[in-house]
Amino acid sequence: GREEKNTQAKSKCKGKKEKKKEKRAEEAEEKGPESESAETSSSTRPALPPTFSLSEIKNKQRRQLMFMKLKQEKRKQKLELRKKRRKEREALGDKAPPKEVPKTIENQRVYDETTVDPEDEEVAYDEGTDEFSAYFNKLINPKVLITTSDRPRGRTVRFCEQLATVIPNAHVYYRRGLALKRVIPQCISRDFTYLMVINEDRKVPNGMILCHLPDGPTAHFKVSSVRLRKEMKRRGKDPTEHYPEVILNNFTTRLGHSIGRLFAALFPHDPQFQGRQVATFHNQRDFIFFRFHRYIFRNEKKVGIQELGPRFTLKLRSLQKGTFDSKFGEYEWVHKRHEMDSNRRKFHL
Amino acid sequence: MADKSQTCSVWLGSETGILKGVSLSKKRAFNFCDMSSVSRDQEICALTWGDRQESEVLVGCVNGSVKTFSTEKGVFTETRVCGDISQGRFTGIAVTDRSLITCVESGLLKVWTEGSADTVEINVGGEVCRMRQNPSQRHRVATGGKENPLKVWDLERPDKPIFTAKNVANDWLDLRVPVWVRDVAFIPDSDRIVTCTGYHQVRVYDPSTPQRRPVLEAEFGEYPLTTLALPAGHDRVVVGNTHGQIAILDLRKGLVRGCMKGLAGSVRGLQCHPSSPLLASCGLDRFLRIHSLEDRSTVRLAPPILFSALLNVFFFSFLLKLVGSDAAGEVEEVKEEERDEVWDSMETVSEKGEKRTVEEEAEESRETAEKKEEKKKRKKAKK
Repeated sequence: GREEKNTQAKSKCKGKKEKKKEKRAEEAEEKGPESESAETSSSTRPALPPTFSLSEIKNKQRRQLMFMKLKQEKRKQKLELRKKRRKEREALGDKAPPKEVPKTIENQRVYDETTVDPEDEEVAYDEGTDEFSAYFNKLINPKVLITTSDRPRGRTVRFCEQLATVIPNAHVYYRRGLALKRVIPQCISRDFTYLMVINEDRKVPNGMILCHLPDGPTAHFKVSSVRLRKEMKRRGKDPTEHYPEVILNNFTTRLGHSIGRLFAALFPHDPQFQGRQVATFHNQRDFIFFRFHRYIFRNEKKVGIQELGPRFTLKLRSLQKGTFDSKFGEYEWVHKRHEMDSNRRKFHL
Repeated sequence: MADKSQTCSVWLGSETGILKGVSLSKKRAFNFCDMSSVSRDQEICALTWGDRQESEVLVGCVNGSVKTFSTEKGVFTETRVCGDISQGRFTGIAVTDRSLITCVESGLLKVWTEGSADTVEINVGGEVCRMRQNPSQRHRVATGGKENPLKVWDLERPDKPIFTAKNVANDWLDLRVPVWVRDVAFIPDSDRIVTCTGYHQVRVYDPSTPQRRPVLEAEFGEYPLTTLALPAGHDRVVVGNTHGQIAILDLRKGLVRGCMKGLAGSVRGLQCHPSSPLLASCGLDRFLRIHSLEDRSTVRLAPPILFSALLNVFFFSFLLKLVGSDAAGEVEEVKEEERDEVWDSMETVSEKGEKRTVEEEAEESRETAEKKEEKKKRKKAKK
């Protein structure tokens, strides 16, 4: 109470180091009657956690100082521990236990029951006869129509143009305020296999609807982190007309399989290796990262890659069974934030 | 195969044409199909019990064939062709004592009597979404569809429906309210019928009253309601919509009592167990879930079972009791037959208009005719 105030008033005039000493002395005083043994164990600080934490110190400068000291202490202890462990490991030599793997969110991922077993017959049959089978049996070549929401601004327009260079056989059309439900039958009659609509909000693309055309599933994604060609550092020259290869990473669950096939069917089935271009869809923690690279093998062990083309990330919001019909269509998967995002270690793709 | 099929308490039909049985006591699912003839045009769109003892399952496929599956033997025993693809999918299959009733999307309702080759055909109207049979009066069926209002048909007099629902009054803009009946159910122990529509409305009709408009109307959500189920007890209905939301509605006032969590895809099938407060749901997200109606949680005894194909329809076996975790692997057969006897022996309390026989209806028509005559007389007298 009063004693504390007095001491505090005095210490305001003093320098930093003195302040620290005083604080330590105060703490020691307070802890004195409580734990004498604790004092003897550590000279500077009681081992028992103080009943007041650093956040109770009202003076900002002093609080910051104490916190900095705490961090330095911790770092020191950590380093000591590490050195000790390394010495032990070297001392043991071959008999040392294997290094522990650090826990990451991907490691701790809740096992998803829908993970597809590669030998599952039923899934194989299901995939063999679903809407994409015509494409995967090399019967149809993809033809993509790219458009935007109404009245797109410059960034979205440039994004669409760049997408059209990346995806072979893609055509960009201006939207003109037309209703998608009316656009779709026209696309079907002109033999398009995909309709891609980039939605724009505040002059920036933020959503994508990917609709497989004859009667296929419609996926609605949230688009973020769009980088156009101009903004990429150390990029290569513009992509050529060669068909790129497609890499799909980490689409393990049943839903992931469907989405992976959706992406794969965007590109023609026979990549032209002469073009040395590759489009990658990498799924991590339910985010799908799209990258477009050109590679060259310098020798058997070294590869050089250049990133070309736009890059963006997608997050699946819903997968609907028929063609685009958000009001009356049946959804195969809908992202429900409160139910699905409650666990940090559970992912659906 | 036979022992597997005998332990299955839930039967599901998938889009790939495979009939699946789930044994909840063993928590496993089994596929029943001939692998050679699996194809997409055998997609199962309707399932029903073949008889009261629940020994046969009738499976309706997209290509128009109805297959009989015996639960005791575990194999498909019979196939009948009851239509073809051009007429649309089966929207309902039902069985009476000697005949099979099928209804397809184009509106053709056929009654196939065993033994004789002739069928009774009724044209129910345009696009039909659902046909259901009244569980207590097995010769009554109800149909409904898109721009096809609810109609109740008596199969003994197939020319005209007994009851045709009238559309609701024009809305506040004086526009006609569109009609899209997606699922129908008969409320047990009364004449009332509950429907759910594609415009997220739930309506209750009462054919016993002269009012042809719905007695009660309730709304839920913003997405089309696909299925409904009636739990035991007469005042609640469970509906599911295309977004995966399942809600329990109270039929006394039309309020939402609660929602079930868990489903991520469109709800394709909902069924309530008749005795225990359980609800099972299946949908396009390929899971079968069992929910508890009392506390709306997903019951622990049956975690969501995954299937690798989209699930279309399913239903419970009412005979096999859903056993708790105590009895390991044993299935107790509820004595359904005894229960039936108990019900039969009780006197039927006939309320006004409950059991309409032919005579009563004739009387009523006579009464209305008399009333009309009286009215005419009165008018003449006034003049």
